[in-house]
Amino acid sequence: MTKMTYREAVRSALRSAMRADERVFLMGEDVGRYGGAFAVSHGLLEEFGLERIRDTPLSESTFVGAGIGAAIAGMRPIVEIMTVNFSLLAMDQILNNAATLRYMSGGQISIPMVVRMATGGGRQLAAQHSHSLEVWYAHIPGIRVLTPATVADARGMLLAALQQPDPVFIFEHATLYPMEGEVDESTGPADIDHAAVRRAGDGVTIVTFGGSLPKCLSAGEQLAEAGIEAEVIDLRTLRPLDMPAVLASIEKTHRAVIVDESWRSFGLAAEVSARIMEEGFDLLDAPVSRVCSAEVPMPYARHMEDVALPSVAAVVQAVRELTG
Amino acid sequence: MRTQPAAVTREHSIELLRGMLLIRRFEEKAAELYQAGKIRGFLHLYIGEEAVAVGAMEAIEPTDAVVTTYRDHGHALARGMPADGLMAEMYGKATGCSRGRGGSMHFFDVSRRFYGGYAIVGGGLPIAAGIGLASKMRGDSDVTACFFGDGAVAEGEFHETLNLASLWHLPVLFLCENNLYAMGTALEKAQSETDIAAKATSYRVPSEVVDGMDVLAVEGATRRAINAVRGGEGPFLLELRTYRFRGHSMADPELYREKSEVERWKERDPITNFQDYLLDRELAAPQDIERMEASVAAEIDDAVKFAEESPWESAEEVTRDVMTP
Repeated sequence: MTKMTYREAVRSALRSAMRADERVFLMGEDVGRYGGAFAVSHGLLEEFGLERIRDTPLSESTFVGAGIGAAIAGMRPIVEIMTVNFSLLAMDQILNNAATLRYMSGGQISIPMVVRMATGGGRQLAAQHSHSLEVWYAHIPGIRVLTPATVADARGMLLAALQQPDPVFIFEHATLYPMEGEVDESTGPADIDHAAVRRAGDGVTIVTFGGSLPKCLSAGEQLAEAGIEAEVIDLRTLRPLDMPAVLASIEKTHRAVIVDESWRSFGLAAEVSARIMEEGFDLLDAPVSRVCSAEVPMPYARHMEDVALPSVAAVVQAVRELTG
Repeated sequence: MRTQPAAVTREHSIELLRGMLLIRRFEEKAAELYQAGKIRGFLHLYIGEEAVAVGAMEAIEPTDAVVTTYRDHGHALARGMPADGLMAEMYGKATGCSRGRGGSMHFFDVSRRFYGGYAIVGGGLPIAAGIGLASKMRGDSDVTACFFGDGAVAEGEFHETLNLASLWHLPVLFLCENNLYAMGTALEKAQSETDIAAKATSYRVPSEVVDGMDVLAVEGATRRAINAVRGGEGPFLLELRTYRFRGHSMADPELYREKSEVERWKERDPITNFQDYLLDRELAAPQDIERMEASVAAEIDDAVKFAEESPWESAEEVTRDVMTP
């Protein structure tokens, strides 16, 4: 086992994938000489050269489209988009082409492309760098959406994504990059079909993913001190959603809180809640509860951003209201 | 405009004329079937622009890749996709070239490196750049031919893609079919600079303006351009000046242009003019033309019969091919 940061774990996966398969290459804004806006690709240009570590112009739509084209023609592109807010400039290529061409061509086209991007708030970057729009992507049939929340998953899920025949979108919560964890670099791709129980308990089910996982685990510790054993489910993959894992937990706890950093309205928490109702209505002893971001563009000032984002205290309070 | 004719042999001329005639008659039949309710959705006819697809495709090798737009019937036929699969696609049948999933706007045939008709204007350009990037990274000598209209030149993706292709020296041949209208908006009403070739030059992409009503001029220019691209000189843009004789789609009342303008362009019909040229030079005899009309009609009749008799895809398969199984 090696101790490394989340950032280093993504880099470890990039490096081993590029060493193993010459079709794999990385492109995006400042991935080369700059080393990546979040320093993920630092040092890769030196090892792999300009052909395979490609700095792109600020043309999100075109470099994502070029990734699609390269994948159609047999390459294994990894496209880095600096942050999720910028990815909106590429939404046309993502929805109208990446997610659609296989179906619209009657199954003739395959697009084995991986798109990675930073997501989420908590760093005082205001309303054009801080949103959590994973659910916008999870809405789209034809792609996979992954949200690694641990250091081991940052590496293993990227390796797994590169083995997929269809487009995979990976959302890396920006507050996780400096997080440290243990990784076994001899292991290969991680499972990307199933959620994981990150904390076992029988008092309440907390369903979360990505950057909210550390908050939910902290809430779990606080609740344990108060005698409530929370089970924390890390969804890991938003599309397709592993509902059996969620329902299996609720079968024990009969109560669920969904913690999701995106806005509450029409979001992931709403979807999971609806599916619990459709598939597990009889398991519930209380209505499903949601902890989400305030419905505002993300504010800059620290105290305001803290209020806007889901907090440990808000998760604890939601659980207490549900179990009280 | 330069109109250098390619070497014209009898056999080659007949092939070019038949290619254009097949598109014309295929689309006339499609329009009829649309009126009869057999073909639904949008139907965008290429009538008037046939010399572009046929001339260009003569110079594009089978190993090269092709990306086009929603006005894709001409390119598909010129690429050699069988008329029956195209007709069946427009009928929505399981035997269609896209399994009935795409319709008129979205013909695909990966076996012929025909990577599809794109209906978001400009949306195919980045895809073409990516296919070209794959060729460059692999070190093969294939060129990606990317067709689009003058309307796409107003899209950001045109500018982004020309910049990227030039910067990365990608083997992409951009073929801009300038038919003077983006749906119903005239080029000069939508673009501050109407010289499309000049825009390419601003990205250091060499370009040439071509008479798109002259199949030999198109073939010659495409051959020169594709040779340059294949030779490692980076991307090239051809602006092919052409005109569509029919509306934007079947739903178009054509309020935005004068009938006299359409009539003037019809005098430059790429098919009748080329036919006259061949007859004048005795490269074809009247009976050759008659035989050609008959064989084209038979091919289209067969395509309609094939489409009529083909099965529908089972409704249970509606989720098939969303993801790879």
